[in-house]
Amino acid sequence: MTPGTAARPPATPFWRTVWTVLRKDLTVEMRSGEIAYTTLFFAASCVLIFAFALVKEGKAPEGGAAGILWIAILFAGTLALGRAFERERQAETLRALLLAPVPRPAIYVGKLLGIVALLVAAEAVLLPLVDFLFTARLFVHPFWLAGIVVTCTVGLASVGTLFAAMLVRTRSRDMLLPVLLYPIVVPVIIAGVQGTAALAQPAFDEALVRFWLLLLVTFDIVFVVLALWTFEAVMSD
Amino acid sequence: MSDASSRPSAALDFTDISVEDVSRSFGRRRALSRVSFRAAQGEILGILGPNGAGKSTLLGILATLLRPTAGRVCYGGMADTGGAALRGRIGVLGHDLFLYPELTARENLEFFARLHAVPEPAHAADEALERAGLGARGDEPVSTFSRGMRQRVALERALIHQPRLLLLDEPFTGLDDASASALVARLRELRQGGAILVVATHDLEVADRLLDHALFLREGRAAASIAQPKHLRSTYQDVMTRPIDGARA
Repeated sequence: MTPGTAARPPATPFWRTVWTVLRKDLTVEMRSGEIAYTTLFFAASCVLIFAFALVKEGKAPEGGAAGILWIAILFAGTLALGRAFERERQAETLRALLLAPVPRPAIYVGKLLGIVALLVAAEAVLLPLVDFLFTARLFVHPFWLAGIVVTCTVGLASVGTLFAAMLVRTRSRDMLLPVLLYPIVVPVIIAGVQGTAALAQPAFDEALVRFWLLLLVTFDIVFVVLALWTFEAVMSD
Repeated sequence: MSDASSRPSAALDFTDISVEDVSRSFGRRRALSRVSFRAAQGEILGILGPNGAGKSTLLGILATLLRPTAGRVCYGGMADTGGAALRGRIGVLGHDLFLYPELTARENLEFFARLHAVPEPAHAADEALERAGLGARGDEPVSTFSRGMRQRVALERALIHQPRLLLLDEPFTGLDDASASALVARLRELRQGGAILVVATHDLEVADRLLDHALFLREGRAAASIAQPKHLRSTYQDVMTRPIDGARA
């Protein structure tokens, strides 16, 4: 065949790129276990230390479980976010991703879903641990709990993925990531804490939980749309 | 070389690239200053110069990863718009190899084939492994490979979508004589197949028997440009010590 005769689509469709990036990230993580183990170990240690400090004679401070759960997830998530992009920096594979003829926001979505999957996996271990150590009654309304946990995680990861990608080439990225991330995700974490605490109340207030859930969904939509809008510019040049 | 490994795809194609008065600054530091040259298909252009001369910056601009501060790069008469279609015609083999060490050679090649919308990515990866001489070790993680083997996988990764323009940054670093010779042979095949190759290198002995054109960069400026260069080492020493005359290819 002569050069130039092989026609093919000029770019890979959005969702196929998302799946390709996500599958690659999950495969790499399954092989190394690096992010999953460090995230889980760090978060579980955090929860245990708080449990030993705050639970006296089998009684936990009221509403404390939700705050400790989300503090642990926030800190562990920061660790995971930094590491996920550090991996792309080490062999400069991020440049290879950016050189591919794919919509760049699709790379963002693929990375975001990978981080969310890892954090949700860590939360699947953390939630029973917090429930047990703080006798928090978190699982009384499992569907509401799943909604709060997933939306809060997406909110945290959506901003975190954008900032981690933005900072990947900066020298002090480990220090800068929490400095930039925390002020912006504080409202998300507060909504997550309040929503989780409302679930653990003896008298279940569905309207209150729905309010926090809707707030989290709103944050997610705003953050994901802004990140999709800015990712191309952030990663260019 | 097989047809499959030599043909660029048609969606956006070009037969030459021209760099016109390109400058690039990083803050106050000027990495490139008014560099111009042209390279056509079936040609290997070498970019030679000491560390910090601007070679990698120039390759970054050609790869569309960096934008010039001034001047422009044209791909077959079309100015760079940074679009996906243009990126699909460019292959880059960097000093870092752009491979995931945890993945096998086959998984790496398939991943990049999928990103480049290559039809039948698994088949393309098999063919690429055969060309790299790694058919038997395709299912081993790249982290277990020697530098030379990783370099071969990385070259096939850069070529998996049959790019028209191939950019290579220090491709001979860390290779033994046999691997360097194999790479030279592969680059000649690509030249024969109609690719445009731009090679930034320090290895003047290997470059001596490979290049059709040499562009000497010094302090971000084009110090000289020589067609069909011979005895590159003495030319290099001469060019790097004399005043810059702003040569053009």
